[in-house]
Amino acid sequence: MIEVRDINKSFDGQQVLHDISINFEHGKTNLIIGKSGSGKTVLLKCIIGLLEVDSGDIFYSGQCFTTMGQKEKKQIRQKFGMLFQGAALFDSLSVEENVRFKLDMFTGMSNAEKKERVNFCLTRVDLEGKNKLYPSELSGGMKKRVAIARAIVLNPRYLFCDEPNSGLDPQTAILIDKLIKDITEEFNMTTIVNTHDLNSVMEIGEKVVFIHEGWKWWEGTNKEILETENNELNDFVFATRLVKQLKNIDEI
Amino acid sequence: MTLLHHIGRYTLLIKRAFARPEKHSIYYMRLIREMEVLGINSTGIVAIISFFMGAVITIQTAYNTESPLFPSYLIGLAARDSILLEFSSTIVALILAGKVGSNIASEIGTMRVTEQIDALEIMGVNSAGYLILPKIIALMILAPFLSILSMVIGIFGGWIAGTTVGVVTTPDYVYGIQYAFIPYYITYSLIKSVVFAFIITSVSSYHGYYTRGGALEVGRSSTMAVVHSSVVILLFNLILTQLLLS
Repeated sequence: MIEVRDINKSFDGQQVLHDISINFEHGKTNLIIGKSGSGKTVLLKCIIGLLEVDSGDIFYSGQCFTTMGQKEKKQIRQKFGMLFQGAALFDSLSVEENVRFKLDMFTGMSNAEKKERVNFCLTRVDLEGKNKLYPSELSGGMKKRVAIARAIVLNPRYLFCDEPNSGLDPQTAILIDKLIKDITEEFNMTTIVNTHDLNSVMEIGEKVVFIHEGWKWWEGTNKEILETENNELNDFVFATRLVKQLKNIDEI
Repeated sequence: MTLLHHIGRYTLLIKRAFARPEKHSIYYMRLIREMEVLGINSTGIVAIISFFMGAVITIQTAYNTESPLFPSYLIGLAARDSILLEFSSTIVALILAGKVGSNIASEIGTMRVTEQIDALEIMGVNSAGYLILPKIIALMILAPFLSILSMVIGIFGGWIAGTTVGVVTTPDYVYGIQYAFIPYYITYSLIKSVVFAFIITSVSSYHGYYTRGGALEVGRSSTMAVVHSSVVILLFNLILTQLLLS
């Protein structure tokens, strides 16, 4: 479980996050949603420690991450898996080398064991046989799947995904969502997904947190989101004419 | 204040770069790769420029000392000292600042703006150490060899040009490059090349590592890396010359 307590963050005197407290549940896909510029990426970067919070604490399974030394932070980060918005694959490495990177760096596995593990992860994301390709030879969806394979290679306890569906067509986006949900259950991880894709909310949002102008505005499940009376959340969810029409049809 | 900010941040980055590696074998592999990219791949440009600079120095010296008072072997001596003292270390370092410095800054800068450095940090890898340390060590190892290559080819270029144009004979040129030879000049030049290699790689890495924004900023970082590396090289050339030759 990841606990976020009273987090505040500002840049050049402008406060971006205000007293955010959230419990991200273990074994579930937790979603952070909100408009562009609402502060959800800053929140995710604070949670994983890429940005330092001004005040507040973050706990990983009860261990306070914010007050940890660099050495302890490095150790806990080895339990992280991260899927970046642009996949962030290492350009100079092949698909296999990208996925194998953490095995090379942090384990004493033999080459045969590493190969087996890499192939398992690539098969898990339906990319078997693509070992020798380079990131420049992959489509957007394939890059995301390689990034997922790289994220799960060391059996992480925590998985973070920043806008996993950005730039993908709807069908591929659904595949990526399903993959994230499946591996969360399979590897029994705590997963946090940062998104503004409503399809993702409905497909995989076991717990949803809505961030509005840097405040935690609403918290619930994907079922509850359709029935909420929260005006800002309704404005966000039913922003398009199509969704509004669907809601009206549903109500009729 | 801004200068102090940059010096402080640069110092902290270099301290991080020299932290204990997570796994020595990985760093060793990267070191070998960087030696090829930064050092071996620079031999061509160093050789070409050294050849022509040696040729130009010899011809210019010859035309500026056309007097019966100056024996022609002085052409070889002047070419040798110019090449050993300044050209093979300082000018080659300035050339490398352009080639290697921009390469390092754009590579690390691109990794920064495409979140690859963030990915390394999230994995628990010391990104500064992983990316910067092998580059610094690789060029510091190979810079003296590039410097020696430059000396040899520069003097050879001077001989070819001098004898082809007819401003100096081979015996005079050979006598000149041996005349009043001070072996310490080579040591002096090699020490400078090692220091300059550290400056090129560390300053360029600093600019790449702290790139913010997109492709435009990567280009700007690359330019700043070359400019700042060159200025620092010239500053340290002055300091080292005073320290080592006084």
